[in-house]
Amino acid sequence: MSEVLVLVDHVDGKVRKPTYELLTIAKRLGEPSAVFIGAGDKGDAVVEAVKKYGAEKVYVVDDAQIKGYLVAPKAEALQQIAEKASPAAILIPSNSEGKEVAARLAIKLGSGLITDAVDVAASEEGEGPVTTQSVFAGSYTVEARITTSAPIITVKPNSAAPEESEGAGAVEEFAAKISDSAKKAKIIASQPRKSSGRPELNEAAIVVSGGRGTGGDFSEVEGFADSLGAAVGASRAAVDSGWIPHAFQIGQTGKTVSPQLYIANGISGAIQHRAGMQTSKTIVAVNKDEEAPIFELVDFGVVGDLHTVLPAATEEITKRKG
Amino acid sequence: MNIVVCVKYVPDATADRHFESDNTVDRVGVPGLLSELDEYAVEQALQLKEKAAAGDDGEDSEVTALTVGPEDASDAIKKSLQMGADKGVHVVDDAIAGSDALATSQVLAAAIKKIGEESPVDVVICGMSSTDASMAVVPAMLAERLDLPQVTLGSVIESQGKEFRIKRDGDTSTEVIGASAPLVLSVTDQSGEARYPSFKGIMAAKKKPQETWSLGDVGVDAGEVGLDAAWTAVTDTEERPPRTQGEIVTDEDGSGAKALVEFLASKKFI
Repeated sequence: MSEVLVLVDHVDGKVRKPTYELLTIAKRLGEPSAVFIGAGDKGDAVVEAVKKYGAEKVYVVDDAQIKGYLVAPKAEALQQIAEKASPAAILIPSNSEGKEVAARLAIKLGSGLITDAVDVAASEEGEGPVTTQSVFAGSYTVEARITTSAPIITVKPNSAAPEESEGAGAVEEFAAKISDSAKKAKIIASQPRKSSGRPELNEAAIVVSGGRGTGGDFSEVEGFADSLGAAVGASRAAVDSGWIPHAFQIGQTGKTVSPQLYIANGISGAIQHRAGMQTSKTIVAVNKDEEAPIFELVDFGVVGDLHTVLPAATEEITKRKG
Repeated sequence: MNIVVCVKYVPDATADRHFESDNTVDRVGVPGLLSELDEYAVEQALQLKEKAAAGDDGEDSEVTALTVGPEDASDAIKKSLQMGADKGVHVVDDAIAGSDALATSQVLAAAIKKIGEESPVDVVICGMSSTDASMAVVPAMLAERLDLPQVTLGSVIESQGKEFRIKRDGDTSTEVIGASAPLVLSVTDQSGEARYPSFKGIMAAKKKPQETWSLGDVGVDAGEVGLDAAWTAVTDTEERPPRTQGEIVTDEDGSGAKALVEFLASKKFI
């Protein structure tokens, strides 16, 4: 069976959940091979983590020479691995960096590229994997296939439930040759995002978000989120007002989430926002304006002031949970 | 400075966007406009020009708005010129219809090289993503094809002569990225409000030079682009059934919170 390359999504060697989702998808298509580009001394821990989810092989690329540069060296390393492995597919996490790596890799390999897949299936005719994407703010579902060899697919978080299955985890240290030209865009400074202690937006089962209606005070949204063990998000209006950092923005120019439950508070539901949450399983909204377009989408809505509804709901939930 | 800003003509996101029978996006039957996210790129291009002019040596810059697309895509050029770009280039050719991002980036790269024949291009500026396909891959592809530094997804853009620095809000960290021109820059919607065309700008735009180039003009073979040459094939497009509105209650003396908690409990979220 052919190898399927999976680029490991990690922070300083700590493997993130989308990696396990990609490995699970890779098993449908062939033999999963994880590609870890990071600090060499973290390799062992990464191998342990990814082999639990079926990685038969792990390419370890020590990034000591390349970590100070943006995207381009990673694409070169992947290119060299792909040329050696002739993979049946290359799966990359669909975040901003992943998509840029994929873009450059597609040109280098002459491979077709599909971004933001929400599902990937092996094709019956052996013609290469079939992807599902959600487009036009979630109003259409598109099925597509890449017609070249070594198809490159970026896959959104939460597109598969990670399945544990022990792989061989054979380690191959890979010494990538990085060109000078790939080192032209330098990372001058890097500030890790502070952890809020809440679940990550992309991975959370429940997302509670706030918009203009919060008036700038997110404490009620946060309190409600904490009572449900949810991640906190925001509309563009709230971010543009400087009430909350851009990392929390949900929508076309922020994050796209697809949780089990999405609760929009004081958010009108403009197309820009809908693009980021419309595929959530259950949608709930609290808004003072009964005409707000968000109510067209909801499974349940409360016409009311979030400043009174949320604290009361938080208290009730906390009481029930005892 | 010679600045090229890449702009895309997209179906209006507030209109009824749909697919053609060959599974390509209907770019003719739906009202289109300059992609909102490219307005930020035009804005940054104009700010670079203004900054260069205000500098010690009062450098003269030229901003070229470049688009690839059907006839109507000239509207995206027109809007860019109204905002303040100096000239427009529209690559239009029947063979381009249905091109994927790889082919589009190839045509853009070829056009940028041609624009640079007169005087070398210093900065290529793009928006963070289109508002229709939303792949967000073309800036990285242009950097790869043109072999230029990729300085992408900037929320804050700073420059001093040929040196550029951007702030980039990544998934797990915020980074400062630096490189020297010539380079490919992409900017987010956090980079600064885009200006509205002034009446003067609208009038002036009518007299600004606009060129229309074919694939032959930029030296790209028609067989390398378009739907048949695409390395991806869309096999099916299906409209998602509209969400049906559920129960809406009006909060009176705390009834809203109670009903909300009941709903969440009934769905086993509590």
